[in-house]
Amino acid sequence: MTDTHDSARTGQRAQLRVERQGQLARLIAEGEWTVRDAPHLDSELRGISLDGVSEADIDGNGITRLDSAGAWLLVRAKRDIEAAGARVRQFQLPEVYAPLLDSIEQEHNAPPVVMETRHGLNAFLYRVGRATVDTGRQGYRMLGYLGRFTIEFMEAIFQPRGNLRVAALFTQVEEIGINALPIVGLLGFLIGIVMAYQGADQLRRFGAEIFTINLLGVGILRELGGLVTAIIIAGRSGSAFTAQIGTMKVNEEIDALQTIGINTFDVLVLPRVLGLAIALPFLTFYADVMAMIGGAVMCYFDLGITVPAFMRQLHEAISMNTFLVGIIKAPIFAVTIGLVGCFEGLQVERNAASVGALTTRSVVEAVFLVIVIDAAFSILFSVLGI
Amino acid sequence: MAEKDKEVVIRVRGLVNIMGGNLIHDHIDLDVYRGEVLGVVGGSGAGKSVLLHSIVGLNKPREGHIEVFGEDPTPHRERPKNSVQMRWGVLFQEGALFSSQTVAENIQMPLREYTTMSQDLMNEVTAMKLSMVGLPQDAAQKYPSELSGGMKKRAGLARALAADPELVFLDEPTAGLDPISANQFDMLVKDLQKSLGLTVFMVTHDLDTLKATTDRIAVLVNKKIKIGTIDELRKDPDPWIQEYFSGVRGRAALAS
Repeated sequence: MTDTHDSARTGQRAQLRVERQGQLARLIAEGEWTVRDAPHLDSELRGISLDGVSEADIDGNGITRLDSAGAWLLVRAKRDIEAAGARVRQFQLPEVYAPLLDSIEQEHNAPPVVMETRHGLNAFLYRVGRATVDTGRQGYRMLGYLGRFTIEFMEAIFQPRGNLRVAALFTQVEEIGINALPIVGLLGFLIGIVMAYQGADQLRRFGAEIFTINLLGVGILRELGGLVTAIIIAGRSGSAFTAQIGTMKVNEEIDALQTIGINTFDVLVLPRVLGLAIALPFLTFYADVMAMIGGAVMCYFDLGITVPAFMRQLHEAISMNTFLVGIIKAPIFAVTIGLVGCFEGLQVERNAASVGALTTRSVVEAVFLVIVIDAAFSILFSVLGI
Repeated sequence: MAEKDKEVVIRVRGLVNIMGGNLIHDHIDLDVYRGEVLGVVGGSGAGKSVLLHSIVGLNKPREGHIEVFGEDPTPHRERPKNSVQMRWGVLFQEGALFSSQTVAENIQMPLREYTTMSQDLMNEVTAMKLSMVGLPQDAAQKYPSELSGGMKKRAGLARALAADPELVFLDEPTAGLDPISANQFDMLVKDLQKSLGLTVFMVTHDLDTLKATTDRIAVLVNKKIKIGTIDELRKDPDPWIQEYFSGVRGRAALAS
């Protein structure tokens, strides 16, 4: 018998003896037949040979404690004997355990459960196929969602019937825009510093330090300012949209809105997406300005370029177009982030785990799409020669 | 049940709980004896769940002393294998199934942690627990998100009972079940209590369950606790208790 880590339940360990008298087998069970001893009883019972047995007795009179695991083992032993073609002549057990044994014997006939395997090639192929189909469906649903948004948005603009919630819209602008100013400003400032420093380092070799400012102006205003702001906001607000709407979904709040007769698009999606579309261009502008300040600071300390000289060079390096090319992308990024955030929020199922899973997915998709769109714009602008 | 006649399984002394600035429990004393079914009732916000959470060590009481099987129930970083957690099972209100695992894996979790059972035996025991709590066998491969509320509750119960604990805590076990299932559930609790000497601490509002299964009832009222059998409590002058047992629902359930 194996050693036990037991001190509180100081009972007699379970024992099983088998006595053979010709064609008769006696199974004698004694002690505490509980889950604690089930592992070794299980292997002992499986090891019993029933060759040539035609009759069997199960004598459980010596059992001092029986729980459902122990009772199951007894029932299983009886069934095994019967399945081997022998007859169970007697099945004795202390009176007090009869109800438990009876209920298991009568009500439990099901085969053991089958554990799902999640390893191996089959399971892997299954997951890959599943993911492929899911991705296709996801794209299809998103397309439908984009169409719905377009219709609702056009209606809100051209046939307004109070479906644009102005108060909610401004709450969102405050939450997405004004509350994000510190983080967007700080990150813009730091990016300005980093770019100026790296640019100065490389350009110094050619004695062209002054062009650091060109690099800074074009790089930040055209590309990085908008991109970095969009990525921060995807992480900050896109995830918040999914989590907020998803939590409402779990709480059945969305269902409640629908039964009251409120268009969930009007109250949940439009204010968020439009709020984001209003806030993000301003945030991008703010990030651009902060990055220029960061660059100017770095140029002053690293290259000794004074602020007036910086301004002069910047003025020459960039045109209005440079700035517009950067800022025009912001509303498109905003609508993308907002739509993905709200869409994933509405995909949440009625369990808390899916809120977390979809929030993660929402951020990843939003960042992914923002970069893809940015790349598409780059190609478009270069074709157009802007 | 060869143990002493009135072995105390849960001992609560002078329990004080304050939640959000409100006094919930004001020096509560409670003994739960081995082999009994104790029903806990009380109005909304009377602190039934807080009491349960305090006893299983999830909530640190402001004052007072709690023992389960003579041990302090608060979770420790390191525990001997024979800790109180191994000897009790808890059914939470919504089942609290692990969402990343199938029902079968949920049920096998305590068995895997505490025993050296072979996978074959675990699969057999799991099938038995499923039929015990009245779940269809094909529920085993399902994830909790695919189950209805009542099925989650049953699966939670199957997990609570998986390692054949000596003590089970049930938080509103029959709420949300249809009357037939609730009835089966009552019978199951009764059966297990009879054959295993199971001790049951049950928070419930189901008067039928109270009548069918409980030996004693603890009523949480006015931050204090009153304990007795149904008949004793019906004589209590407290207006809430009077209303509870002698209101329309109470009379109907107790008359049957």
